[in-house]
Amino acid sequence: MTAPLLQVEDLHVWFDLEEGGELHAVQGVNLSLEPGERLGLVGESGCGKTTTALAIMGLLPSSASVSGRVLLDGQDILAGGEAAIRPHRWVDIAIVFQGAMNSLNPVRRIGDQIVEALELHGRAKGDTARARTADLLESVGIPAGRASRYPHELSGGMRQRAAIAMALSCNPRVLIADEPTTALDVMVQAQILELLDGLCRDFELALVLVTHDLPVVAQLCNRCAVMYAGEVVERGPLETLYHTPDHPYTRMLFAASPDLGAQDDAVVSIPGAPPRLDRPITGCPFRPRCDSAFAACEVVRPDLLPVGAHHDAACHLNTAVPA
Amino acid sequence: MSAEPALLEVEDLVVRYPIHRGMVGAATRRPRRNVHAVEGVSLSLRQGEMLALVGESGCGKTTTAQAVLRLVDPVSGSIRFDGRDIVPLGARELRPLRRRIQVVYQDPYESLDPRFRVRAAVEEPLLIHRLGGSKKERLARVQEALRRVELSPPELYLERYPHELSGGQRQRVAIAAALVLEPDVLVADEPVSMLDVSVRAGVLNVLDGLRENGLAILMITHDLSTAARFAQRIAVMYLGRIVEEGPAGEVVRNPQHPYTKALLSVVPRRDPRDRQRPQILKGETPDAVAIPTGCRFHPRCPVAEARCSVEDPALEQPATAEDGHRAACLLLPSR
Repeated sequence: MTAPLLQVEDLHVWFDLEEGGELHAVQGVNLSLEPGERLGLVGESGCGKTTTALAIMGLLPSSASVSGRVLLDGQDILAGGEAAIRPHRWVDIAIVFQGAMNSLNPVRRIGDQIVEALELHGRAKGDTARARTADLLESVGIPAGRASRYPHELSGGMRQRAAIAMALSCNPRVLIADEPTTALDVMVQAQILELLDGLCRDFELALVLVTHDLPVVAQLCNRCAVMYAGEVVERGPLETLYHTPDHPYTRMLFAASPDLGAQDDAVVSIPGAPPRLDRPITGCPFRPRCDSAFAACEVVRPDLLPVGAHHDAACHLNTAVPA
Repeated sequence: MSAEPALLEVEDLVVRYPIHRGMVGAATRRPRRNVHAVEGVSLSLRQGEMLALVGESGCGKTTTAQAVLRLVDPVSGSIRFDGRDIVPLGARELRPLRRRIQVVYQDPYESLDPRFRVRAAVEEPLLIHRLGGSKKERLARVQEALRRVELSPPELYLERYPHELSGGQRQRVAIAAALVLEPDVLVADEPVSMLDVSVRAGVLNVLDGLRENGLAILMITHDLSTAARFAQRIAVMYLGRIVEEGPAGEVVRNPQHPYTKALLSVVPRRDPRDRQRPQILKGETPDAVAIPTGCRFHPRCPVAEARCSVEDPALEQPATAEDGHRAACLLLPSR
């Protein structure tokens, strides 16, 4: 059996807190990604989805400690530290952040920034790099003439396109998009989603879409992993998760947002708030907010176990019978 | 249509922001230019009704709300509240009316003073308006307001600071601070867009309950799904104009204006099988400094004809829509 393109095994991330103690932001995440696959990584703020993405990229700040494995073509790129990840960052795995101002240098022209990325990675030089930059901008829908613009001269949608062009400059195989459309208007969001959809097809990119927005995942991805309190609580094909969700959190998350396609469904919020991650969690982390919890949920933290074809969930309802 | 007169009636509202020419511009007599934020908006809001003002950034929805709150001065038009035009009123005359038109902003992290406990934050409007009587009576009002936003028992929240609350709880406190003055109209400017998905519904259901009890709510939102689910009426804005307005269900099920149709088609649905064929408009909303001639939507309109660049359509009920449902498009069959 060949190794998956990208595999995350038992990933843990702790942040040192200024006031002492640690925040256990990612608590044993397992993910895998095949070439061309599109995975939605979904959850509320603070669930660890962005931290997971940054850990894969090796971009966590020094206050973070990491354990686990991140395998690219079966090779661990996490164990060797910066030296091991550097040859792969942007080259094999690239990332686009929410609000493109975070990825673009505000005092440099967008074209120059992409040329610099190409030259830095030895992909092209001088005029070749300029021509390639024009192509890249063209492929994300920015007229080449705008290469000489500064980021602040572009609209939010155009900036996000420029950030995507830069991420694609070294022909990565995996693109991580962290809330790429969150700050954008719905029509611009649709334009960016259409662009990502086309790029994934044209460049045979595998996509990890990090978002809190389930409908956006539904439009773009084919698989989905739902995170809660630092761990993946359910993962599987998108249709399965929507039509037959297994974990109560997934079900309640779907029911929490109004949907144009289902106007008559009640919109019900999830009571309470996610648990604090700076102290140990006993039992199931979702138990205090869950509508189906029973005795076992207070004691044992459920493992992520298969519940169907390519469908896993971390819920005691699958293994134990409620008393 | 209800016979009851509207509580709030905005007519032909125009708001423009002048662009500073700068010293060089003034010296060289460069023409004065304006951002045409709102260009002739009319809307009405009844008791117990939520009107959602929907549109993309820069369409003028927030400026409309700010004019209603009398935080910006309109160039022309009238805003009748309870039968009286509030546009010509001065600060002194406005003060008693401000109590009756309150606002909740998008970001409860910004709108609450981090040094104020919940009790003080909700009590402050009473002190400013010199209402609520004795300290004891004010506390009773604060507690009542907290109960109305479902922060109960209120004792649990009174002494907390904003940082000890979740985003959803903070927004409820902000709503309570507006409610404590017992307003007739609540302007809610993107009230849930900063909140986590799991708690949005809670805040929206609170607003819905208040509306059922008679509060009139003008909700500003870019989220059509929320508008469709919670509002009674939807007004879609584009470049300073309302291009379509009507009962929420009608606007969503039977959209008339090409812009509304396109907007609805790009709203992502939860069901992966329900992938729409999105009708993605090219480009972005043009600059509100140079409004296109004729129908302001024509440069991006997928069905525009030659006359659309000449004639400016009025907001009217087309033959294809039910009563009370209007759209501003030349191509719609007239009644």
